Amino acid sequence: MLEIKEIWKTFNAGTVNEKQALRGVSLTLNEGDFCTVIGGNGAGKSTMLNAVAGTWAVDQGTISIGGTDVTHLPEHKRAAFIGRVFQDPMMGTAPTMQIIENLALAARRGQRRGLRWGLAKAEKDRYQELLSGLGLGLEDRLTSKVGLLSGGQRQALTLLMASLKKPKLLLLDEHTAALDPKTAAKVLELSDKIVAENHLTTMMVTHNMKDAIQHGNRLIMMYDGRIVIDVSGEEKKKLTVPQLLELFSKVSGSDEADDKLLLS
Amino acid sequence: MTVFLNALPGAVSQGLVWGIMAIGVYLTYKILDIADLTVDGSFCTGGAVFVMLFAGGANVWTAMLAALLAGMLAGLVSGLLNAACGIPAILCGILTQLGLYSVNMAIMDFKASVAINVTQADTLEKLLVSLRFVQGSVKGDFPLWRHPILVVGLFTACLIGVLYAFFGTELGSALRATGSNGNMARAQGINTDFCKVLGLMLSNGLVALSGALLCQYNGANEINVGRGAIVIGLAAVIIGDVLFSKLFRNFALKLLAVVIGAIIYYIVLQAVLAMGLNPNYLKLLSALVVAVFLSLPYWKGRYFAKPVKRGGAANA
Ligand SMILES: Nc1ncnc2c1ncn2[C@@H]1O[C@H](COP(=O)(O)OP(=O)(O)O)[C@@H](O)[C@H]1O
Ligand SMILES: [Mg+2]
Repeated sequence: MLEIKEIWKTFNAGTVNEKQALRGVSLTLNEGDFCTVIGGNGAGKSTMLNAVAGTWAVDQGTISIGGTDVTHLPEHKRAAFIGRVFQDPMMGTAPTMQIIENLALAARRGQRRGLRWGLAKAEKDRYQELLSGLGLGLEDRLTSKVGLLSGGQRQALTLLMASLKKPKLLLLDEHTAALDPKTAAKVLELSDKIVAENHLTTMMVTHNMKDAIQHGNRLIMMYDGRIVIDVSGEEKKKLTVPQLLELFSKVSGSDEADDKLLLS
Repeated sequence: MTVFLNALPGAVSQGLVWGIMAIGVYLTYKILDIADLTVDGSFCTGGAVFVMLFAGGANVWTAMLAALLAGMLAGLVSGLLNAACGIPAILCGILTQLGLYSVNMAIMDFKASVAINVTQADTLEKLLVSLRFVQGSVKGDFPLWRHPILVVGLFTACLIGVLYAFFGTELGSALRATGSNGNMARAQGINTDFCKVLGLMLSNGLVALSGALLCQYNGANEINVGRGAIVIGLAAVIIGDVLFSKLFRNFALKLLAVVIGAIIYYIVLQAVLAMGLNPNYLKLLSALVVAVFLSLPYWKGRYFAKPVKRGGAANA
């Protein structure tokens, strides 16, 4: 479903701030894979997801989604294949627009937007039902501005929006990191539910090793712009946090591994 | 006081005409979240195109349509400088505005002012609005329905209706999303560059249309007519917002608030003039008023309310 081949990305090339954020990353996800991504701060996790989403062009390498080469497609065209939830709850929704308007925008992802009404009457019931499935009481606040919602409510809404038009690929980038533990658990549970219900191919970045082990059928760890650990299947199911830490220090050849991972 | 009262219908008429320009400013400043300075040039472009075509014998509606299109073209230039060349939006506006001075001069045959011969009755008759209709329609020289307040008022109402419908469409919603949160818009498959360009075209089209109306109202177009238009537009937007934001939630009413803002601006202007202020100080006064109102939300947020979190780390 997703095929990343040898992608490289350098930020601020030729300046003192030069940073090789991706150094030859390759990854293939099969349809229905739920891959969790871990790694220390600055390892390149967000950069990899942004590369796939097309926030900017990569320097080298190719990316294809569902057999379509998207390497040279701009972000808004790739959106036809991709649903995203960001770390920052502010990033995924339009704050000055209503909840129902945000949903209507998401329902048209990948379609040409013309002079038909931006929100058909018939859509309302469907959204109301989907919102009540979140269990946050948003179904009674269809016309509230999203800017009035809490971070957790926004992330839940963004999740719903990302999956409304079933994407070929769902990208979750530490989407619970900015939430309090209770809300984070709830949003994570919701993510699991949505992924399972829609059989979505998913990449989820998390800084929580336990979550990374518990969720999904595959786990990759990034270090310094590369994928250094890749476990799946039975092996992943049996994985424990101490094992993962040990694996990591072996691969990175560093004793600070524990601090770096646990503190981030 | 009588001076002021006598000037009132004229002030309201002018306010309505400028209100259309202010709606254009609202589209960029409030909806797209861009401070577009193109308007200072495109306002005059509208008047220039209108006056040359109308003087050349064109129908008043044809000339106004041409003015609208010319304004859209100016918006297209600013938009492309931003979207295709990566120049910051505020600089794009400044560049286009500067370039438009020469273009406007060229359109007006390198004359600083071109007049419509309003002393000729049949020419005057063809105009949609004119200063002369303000008193003339009351005195009985012209039918009452030709009063600029009625004509421009109706025109504005139609315009607001069309815009209200447009911003309810998929494309209009995409424009609103672009201004509200570009990241979200792109993630939902919206071409934000295209939306910005389209928004700038719409906005400057309206601004030029307003310029064409003012040119009719004054019976002439002058090369400096649009100087400071952006400030007047912002003033109207802000006055409308301050006075009506609690009252008007509906988008059409918000546009109406902008128009009322423009009218209030012109009434205040007349009042200040009636008090004997040297007209040369008007621009300073406008700038001060807008500066004060633009800083209000900042000071209010700082000293009277909890700080509101906005934005946050991008690509974190
Ligand atoms: N847009 C950008 N411009 C410059 N540097 C960036 C940009 N995005 C990421 N980086 C840098 O690339 C490296 C990897 O960042 P990122 O992928 O965000 O790490 P993380 O694994 O924590 O998500 C970091 O050093 C970061 O500073
Ligand atoms: Mg990150």
